[in-house]
Amino acid sequence: MQTMPKWADIVLIPVINLLLAFIISGFVILAIGEDPIAAVGLMVEGALGSSYGWGFTLYYATNFIFTGLAVAVAFHAALFNIGGEGQAALGGLGVALVCLMIPWPHWTVALVAASVGATLFGALWAIIPAYLQAKRGSHVVITTIMFNFIAAALLNYVLVNILRPKGTMDPASAKFAEATHLPTISDMLNAVGIPFAARTPANITLIIALLACVAVYYLIWRTKLGYQIRAFGKSQAAAKYAGISSVKIIMVTMAISGGLAGLMAINNVMGEAERLVLNSVEGAGFIGIAVALMGRSHPFGVLLASILFGFLYQGGAELALWTTIPRDLVVVIQALVILFTGALDGMVRAPVERVFLMMRKKEA
Amino acid sequence: MDYLTLLQILDSTLRLATPLLLACLAGLFSERGGIFDIGLEGKMLAAAFFSAATAAMTGSVWLGLLAGIASSMALSGLHGLASITFRGNQLISGVAINFLASGLTVLIAQSWFQQGGRTPSLIGGGRFEEVTLPFADALRDVPVFGPFYAEVISGHTILVYVALLCVPLSWYILFRTRFGLRLRAVGENPAAVDTAGVSVIGLRFAAVGICGLLCGIAGAYLSTGLGAGFVKEMSAGRGFIALAALIFAKWRPWYALYATLLFGFLQAIALRPDVLESMLQFKIQVQLLDALPYILTVVILAGFVGKAIPPRAGGEPYVKER
Repeated sequence: MQTMPKWADIVLIPVINLLLAFIISGFVILAIGEDPIAAVGLMVEGALGSSYGWGFTLYYATNFIFTGLAVAVAFHAALFNIGGEGQAALGGLGVALVCLMIPWPHWTVALVAASVGATLFGALWAIIPAYLQAKRGSHVVITTIMFNFIAAALLNYVLVNILRPKGTMDPASAKFAEATHLPTISDMLNAVGIPFAARTPANITLIIALLACVAVYYLIWRTKLGYQIRAFGKSQAAAKYAGISSVKIIMVTMAISGGLAGLMAINNVMGEAERLVLNSVEGAGFIGIAVALMGRSHPFGVLLASILFGFLYQGGAELALWTTIPRDLVVVIQALVILFTGALDGMVRAPVERVFLMMRKKEA
Repeated sequence: MDYLTLLQILDSTLRLATPLLLACLAGLFSERGGIFDIGLEGKMLAAAFFSAATAAMTGSVWLGLLAGIASSMALSGLHGLASITFRGNQLISGVAINFLASGLTVLIAQSWFQQGGRTPSLIGGGRFEEVTLPFADALRDVPVFGPFYAEVISGHTILVYVALLCVPLSWYILFRTRFGLRLRAVGENPAAVDTAGVSVIGLRFAAVGICGLLCGIAGAYLSTGLGAGFVKEMSAGRGFIALAALIFAKWRPWYALYATLLFGFLQAIALRPDVLESMLQFKIQVQLLDALPYILTVVILAGFVGKAIPPRAGGEPYVKER
């Protein structure tokens, strides 16, 4: 039975959850002897107050859109993909190989090829755990965690022993060729006469991320496969009875999920660093979990949540610059968001449902 | 490789296996009670910080241990609240706890000590002393066994021996007491336990509480026994290796000891690549050794080496029938 109107489920509950997370974050800031109001002011000013700030906020948001969509797609099939971190790292390897191996004439061609490389590598890293779950019954959560560590070791090996140019100590690949450099948002906006701060990392990948949101929406709610994924996620037994192959759904969903996580590498490896460095993902794979939970696994929600986390990331960096609050504050906020929107959802939901039930009884 | 090198490696095996063993047993109690816990890592990290911070401020490592256990149990309480009381997703709650510990420890460390997210180095009474077992020196001259006893068995901090004692103790509690029987039952079939008139919620909170206690000791050992102070992210994935060991051990205490000793051995040997090279006559990549526990777990999980079957009701919140 529907005890709450739809808007309460989609808007009210997430907003209450978020408010709780932010209020507690405020107390944390207070507890370490800083002023939360001033901190928020600094964050807004630093992340949203200038086109320079936006250039970073949107760059981070682009990362989180990909990893958030990756977790969200898996959630629809009731799979919990914690392996976004490793899949994005492998995607970075795919991008680096594509960019370094072939002398690309123009960035447009390189972008298409690198996207394919990133998607394939990310998908590959998710298909193995998917296969093990579908065929051998090992839990995808544990396997994807293990694959994060294996990916870290693998990248360490590849960077130190294979991709590192001779004579350098830094465990990183060579710089990609000039022709593969992606246009930044500021390049594109300045070209049409809109002023936007240069030397900001937000780049054309943002547009790909937005397209990915649309594509995921279309996939999940407008295709037969999406219907099968959702049916499988709601009830495996019913899906099986309806003739949906669980092996196929698990494999395909995880491949899409891993591919999306891998695609993030276009943004950070090709768009920003322009070479592959150690730990290039920097936790974005895990933030995808918070983003997907907050966005209720809907692409539009994921987009909004990604921008919020982009703001937190950039604002947190500004805070670390101007106050004694370390950047790790963002990790705490991230944890609280996951806690309240994910694990403690029932704590908020039950009393809100009770209020709506009371209101309905009065009306009756 | 000579005997002395072997002894050194076995010695560090035991040192490195201890936090894994404690965390593994912690996970064992929690998961046997039907509560998945991927927050072992976070609880260990929180305990490592609070025990080092308390030991640094009071100069007493025992107060530090208590503070570590208290912080770990507080996080366990949070996990219980989310996954038992409010029937939230246990995996998501665990993920949240990991991040909470990872962020808060650095934030508080910076606020208290201003040393870039670490505690001051612990000296004197702020650390656990190494215990020399009786006759260690007297027996040293006995061939083969003497050095083994003196180097490997003796000369660890008290927490190492506590961890080893926890193995038979856990076995006894789980398999020879009424509480243990009920705990295992609540992880397999909570409805049956409920029908028998025993509180499912109470038992599960007890399981989560024991898990917090053991993770607390594991964390305290990291910063006050193995190391001398807290540094950022010092748990370094040990909670996840413990989780891997737990699956490897098929949720049984004695096997947990063997699994964590194996993983501890892998970590110890990764610290001595020179020994490995001279033994095998070819170069082994350090990265491969780092990844080996995880690869082993994946292989075991996939059922290529026997089947690992988790407690049946694990991960499912219990809803009493109305």
